[in-house]
Amino acid sequence: MSRDNTQALAGTRPAGTPETPAVKVRDVVKFFGQLKVLDGVSLDVMAGQMVAIIGRSGSGKSTLLRCMNGLEDIHSGEIVICGHNVGHGKSNRADLRRDVGMVFQSYNLFPHLTVERNITLALTLVKKKSKAEARQLAEQVLAQVGLADKIASYPEQLSGGQQQRVAIARSLALSPQVILFDEVTSALDPELTVEVLRVMEDLARGGMTMVLVTHEMAFAQRVANQVVFMHKGKVWESGPTKELFASPKTAEFAQFIGTGL
Amino acid sequence: MIQFGSAHVIYIFEAARWTIVLSLIAFFGGAVLGLLLALARVSRLLILRALSAAYIQTIQGTPLLILLFLSYFGLSLLGYRLAPIVAAGLSLTLYVGAFLGEIWRGCIQAVPRTQWEASDCIGLNRFQQYAYVILPQAVRIATPPTVGFMVQVVKNTSLASVIGFVELTRAGQIVNNSTFQPLVVFLLVAAIYFAICYPLSVASRVLERKFNVAR
Repeated sequence: MSRDNTQALAGTRPAGTPETPAVKVRDVVKFFGQLKVLDGVSLDVMAGQMVAIIGRSGSGKSTLLRCMNGLEDIHSGEIVICGHNVGHGKSNRADLRRDVGMVFQSYNLFPHLTVERNITLALTLVKKKSKAEARQLAEQVLAQVGLADKIASYPEQLSGGQQQRVAIARSLALSPQVILFDEVTSALDPELTVEVLRVMEDLARGGMTMVLVTHEMAFAQRVANQVVFMHKGKVWESGPTKELFASPKTAEFAQFIGTGL
Repeated sequence: MIQFGSAHVIYIFEAARWTIVLSLIAFFGGAVLGLLLALARVSRLLILRALSAAYIQTIQGTPLLILLFLSYFGLSLLGYRLAPIVAAGLSLTLYVGAFLGEIWRGCIQAVPRTQWEASDCIGLNRFQQYAYVILPQAVRIATPPTVGFMVQVVKNTSLASVIGFVELTRAGQIVNNSTFQPLVVFLLVAAIYFAICYPLSVASRVLERKFNVAR
């Protein structure tokens, strides 16, 4: 899919200006009970970039992503995403939801609704689009993820990879400025992973601002502009992808990419 | 002694209609109350959770027979003389509401948390989340236990006989009192209860299979 096409379909809008990042995370601390899962995390995501957050299980990367979308509150620090302050209570949720999309590891499609209704639900309820408009948008985003023929299917009739692509389409249909991807291929077979990653790569080429938590090292290395390596609730190492992988500064990161886990 | 005859059979069948009417009142009244209670039980407001929990605990800890006595004899002492059908309908509604409320609370909570998150992330407000995502899925989970519970309710309507409401059981007693044919009379009564309940049991099994496949 060409760059222009993707951009038009995704309805990508600038998520920030060159000066202000689309996502700004500053000194974020979060506890689960006594356990400090995020220990002073700071990072920036510039508009149009893909940032991959990597690290071992339990390093706090998924929690960080969930905090960015207000699914978890933070203890202290600051998260600003597309100009919305998040992490402290549920204020301004509607504005935040208009600008930020999220895709989950377990797809989380609505099992009782068709693919079409999964996509059009928020379009008609939240964006107040007419049924015809919503249907047209659903067709567009489904074509974008290569599933135009599945519009009338139910989620259970689709493979995991197809369900995940529908989930991405559902998010795209709302024209978010930023999309967060939470280990979206971790539940998929290798061959199904490929089809989901291809869709994400198309989006990245189209200029979508994306933050992903992933275990797909090769994909992160190839497509991400920036990589953030998390360890023990901290940003252990981060920077432009090529530099980071070429010369790891910390033993932990060297070991992490060395073992390929 | 009067011979047991077709007039008695007709009388019993006519009374069976009241068992069905009472069951329907109990179900629809109880369903409205039960839905409100279930939503209150999972509310974000502590006061609603506490009040609904207290109501459910109280009613579940009270025999239906006592509820019937209270609403028929108790309320009449306070000056509210309810007709037997009203007292029975009220008691059963209060009773069924408490049980359905608790069953349905469990069904709402059985919808995965991730469905809340996904619907939240696409911008649905809480009402929309319930109406379009959570409750439709909870209904699937709730159907088998709800139908199963309704079988119990149909049989429990027989308790309304003690406040003089002539439903199926009371009609059986009346006929028996004049014919002294308890075996014939109550076998007929039992058969009619079975005829009402059996289709519900079958429906419950069918729905259970259907919804299990769908998931």
